[in-house]
Amino acid sequence: MSVESVEREHIVSMRVENRSGVLARVAGLFSGRGYNIESLTVAPTLDPTISMMTIVTKGDDLIIEQILKQLNKLVEAISVVDLTERAYIDRDMAIIKVKTTLETRAEVFRIAEIFRARVIDSTNTMYTLEVTGTGRKIEAMIYQLESLGIEELVRAGHIAVAREPYGADTDRRSE
Amino acid sequence: MNGSKIFIEALKCEGVDVIFGLPGGVVLKIFDELHQQSDIQVVVTRHEQGAGHMAEGYAKATGRPGIVLVTSGPGMTNIVTPLADAYMDSVPIIVFTGQVSTQLIGNDAFQEADNLGISRPCTKHNFLVRDVKDLARTIREAFHIATTGRPGPVLVDIPKDVSINTAEFKYPKKVNLRGYNPNHCGDKTQVTRAAEAISQAKRPIIYVGGGAVFSNAADEVKALAEIGNIPVDMTLMGLGVFPATHPLSLGMLGMHGSYTANMAIHHADLVIAVGSRFDDRVTGKTSEFCPKAKIIHIDIDPTSIRKVRDIEVHIPILGDVKAVLMELTQALKVSIDGRKKDLREPWWNQLRDWMDRYPLTYAQSDDEAIKPQYVIDRLYRLTTDNDPIVSTDVGQHQMWAAQYFKLEHPRRWLTSGGLGTMGFGFPAAMGAQRAYPGRLVLCVSGDGSFQMNLQELATAVLYKLPVKVAIINNHYHGMVRQWQDLFYEGRYASSYLSGLPDYVKLAEAYGALGLRATSPSDVDAVIQEAVHMDGPVLMDFEVSRSENCYPMIPAGGANNEMLLQDPPHLSPATKSLVGVSDDSDSVLTA
Ligand SMILES: Cc1cc2nc3c(=O)[nH]c(=O)nc-3n(C[C@H](O)[C@H](O)[C@H](O)COP(=O)(O)OP(=O)(O)OC[C@H]3O[C@@H](n4cnc5c(N)ncnc54)[C@H](O)[C@@H]3O)c2cc1C
Ligand SMILES: Cc1ncc(C[n+]2csc(CCOP(=O)(O)OP(=O)(O)O)c2C)c(N)n1
Repeated sequence: MSVESVEREHIVSMRVENRSGVLARVAGLFSGRGYNIESLTVAPTLDPTISMMTIVTKGDDLIIEQILKQLNKLVEAISVVDLTERAYIDRDMAIIKVKTTLETRAEVFRIAEIFRARVIDSTNTMYTLEVTGTGRKIEAMIYQLESLGIEELVRAGHIAVAREPYGADTDRRSE
Repeated sequence: MNGSKIFIEALKCEGVDVIFGLPGGVVLKIFDELHQQSDIQVVVTRHEQGAGHMAEGYAKATGRPGIVLVTSGPGMTNIVTPLADAYMDSVPIIVFTGQVSTQLIGNDAFQEADNLGISRPCTKHNFLVRDVKDLARTIREAFHIATTGRPGPVLVDIPKDVSINTAEFKYPKKVNLRGYNPNHCGDKTQVTRAAEAISQAKRPIIYVGGGAVFSNAADEVKALAEIGNIPVDMTLMGLGVFPATHPLSLGMLGMHGSYTANMAIHHADLVIAVGSRFDDRVTGKTSEFCPKAKIIHIDIDPTSIRKVRDIEVHIPILGDVKAVLMELTQALKVSIDGRKKDLREPWWNQLRDWMDRYPLTYAQSDDEAIKPQYVIDRLYRLTTDNDPIVSTDVGQHQMWAAQYFKLEHPRRWLTSGGLGTMGFGFPAAMGAQRAYPGRLVLCVSGDGSFQMNLQELATAVLYKLPVKVAIINNHYHGMVRQWQDLFYEGRYASSYLSGLPDYVKLAEAYGALGLRATSPSDVDAVIQEAVHMDGPVLMDFEVSRSENCYPMIPAGGANNEMLLQDPPHLSPATKSLVGVSDDSDSVLTA
């Protein structure tokens, strides 16, 4: 068994009982034990009694092992899967307000097109863009827009699914 | 049936016959219903913390969950320390807290507190019951969670209206918690690997802890040790699970463990961790913890395994100690068969040599002040035939009790290990006494610790709980003073206990008996009188104020780096031994 002490980002997908207080338990576990949360999303699933949480966290192998075990130990956690260990698809979404002038409007629009973002609102001085994609893609777009002047930015946080049903492990990774 | 009656019926279904608690506004209905029945006794304490530790003592001594009922707000906040204590030491208690009525929750109502929020990090799980229809099921789930897998405290928050509203009472036979699967049965191939490793080891050691107690696995631990001719180290929480006087016992290991226990684990080539969790009081400096050993770790909680960064576990076995050990001893009988019997002779020679050279000792002469170790030693010798239950508080006296009170059976030892809660000992002893009215229950306490829950003297007298408390009275927060001696150049910042009460008068004020010993020749008589008394007794042993507890591994030291007595600057008279390091395996002289 080889244990690496390099810190890596992991995406954990967790099915939990759809009850009040579960989010607090998960958040409390991370803060109480000093683990990182990079992002966390919760949303209902087809089964109204179950919610899906997607947690992006960071740590070396030992920390990630503890995080997964600790999450599993929660009475209201139904399943805990480290997607990073398998093929998965993940998406983030951002809404970005970009300041525009007559000179920059075309450039902003061009960048939006490159990243397949949509303009969802427009004023004389502003474009509001909506973009979905992997975290890396969104960061790349933000990087390009920053010099033009980002007024405000909201990100949804990661959601992710395994490409094959749980259990059917493959080595492939998305993108 | 109203919620309060449902509560009582549900507890009866769980076999509960005693609740420790204290009333208040939002739980009046429940107390009123309890008042009108006689199946369940209510032991009303003087402080909610007392109730919590009594429930812990009850649970530790019996293995059955201890039950607490307190009111909202301050009643709940007073129970936080016992919850945290029970969480750290894996004690199954179920705490029912009152809550303001459901429609008032969140309004800063009178005596409202966020009971779930406050208790979340110090419970195994907690519940708020919003509808009386869910009450019975929730109680069933609470008992299930508290007592299965790695045991622990569970809190159930009951709003006032839920205790009054009515529903049909149906106690579910089964629990349905799809996210909770605490049972693991040791993987067969891992067990076989472990058996093979054990039969090949030249210097094996068993490092057994609280998990073996919870699992009721004393017989299995003994079988493993005897079949393999393996020495046994116990943690503070494991004391009693293996007989202290058994020839294979090396006693307690860790910061204040015996010389041999610590040297043995440091030099072992195979460590068999059985329901123990590699606490920092045991491992010392983790990077130097048993550097030459392979480690087998048997534990029911996946998070306990490989938790400590520097300590690699070679053969993890996830499962209940008892079940795993039954398989392991079977496998071991097969694999050990035909091996050379003298494989471990050199190891045992080495262990015996350590034992002979550095036994636990103290010197008591007649004309000196009483030595604290002497009190514990006499207490042990004069009561051991009664097979007593022994509780402790926290401090030097706790460590001396661990060293000198030799226990032969599990569930005789009630101590606060993980949280180290001063004030635990006395109420815990009372809880055990309530469970076993006919047994001798002793509490070894300190002059500091005892004051943290002394109000329960009233409860002891009232409910005829004849606990015998031995206060090792050194007029200091002794353990703090010891650290100040060793690491703060003897500056006794805030550790002297001025304003100590007269403990004999204090006992009398509550209607208990107080006894005092001021010289070594008083000790036996005081103990004997206390033991023969019917009611609770407070024994005040005026002991030497400067005695320090050894062996000691200074924080951050490795297990082979022990102080065996005061370093020379502390007691100039008789310094010879300072520390013993096994590199030279010789005594360093000053
Ligand atoms: C002043 C002071 C000094 C101390 N000095 C020392 C010292 O010198 N030496 C010492 O040992 N301790 C000492 N302690 C106590 C120490 O802090 C820890 O509480 C103790 O070492 C933990 O004991 P344990 O490893 O047996 O674990 P426990 O806390 O008893 O935990 C039990 C373990 O067993 C597992 N388990 C539970 N049930 C089962 C089951 N059915 N099957 C399998 N596994 C199970 C649990 O998951 C857990 O990992 C001291 C405490 C204080 C306050
Ligand atoms: C509630 C609580 N507060 C503080 C401490 C820190 N502490 C550990 S030991 C100790 C001194 C204990 O004194 P005493 O009960 O007289 O026992 P002694 O060490 O003298 O035997 C203190 C203050 C603690 N363990 N618990």
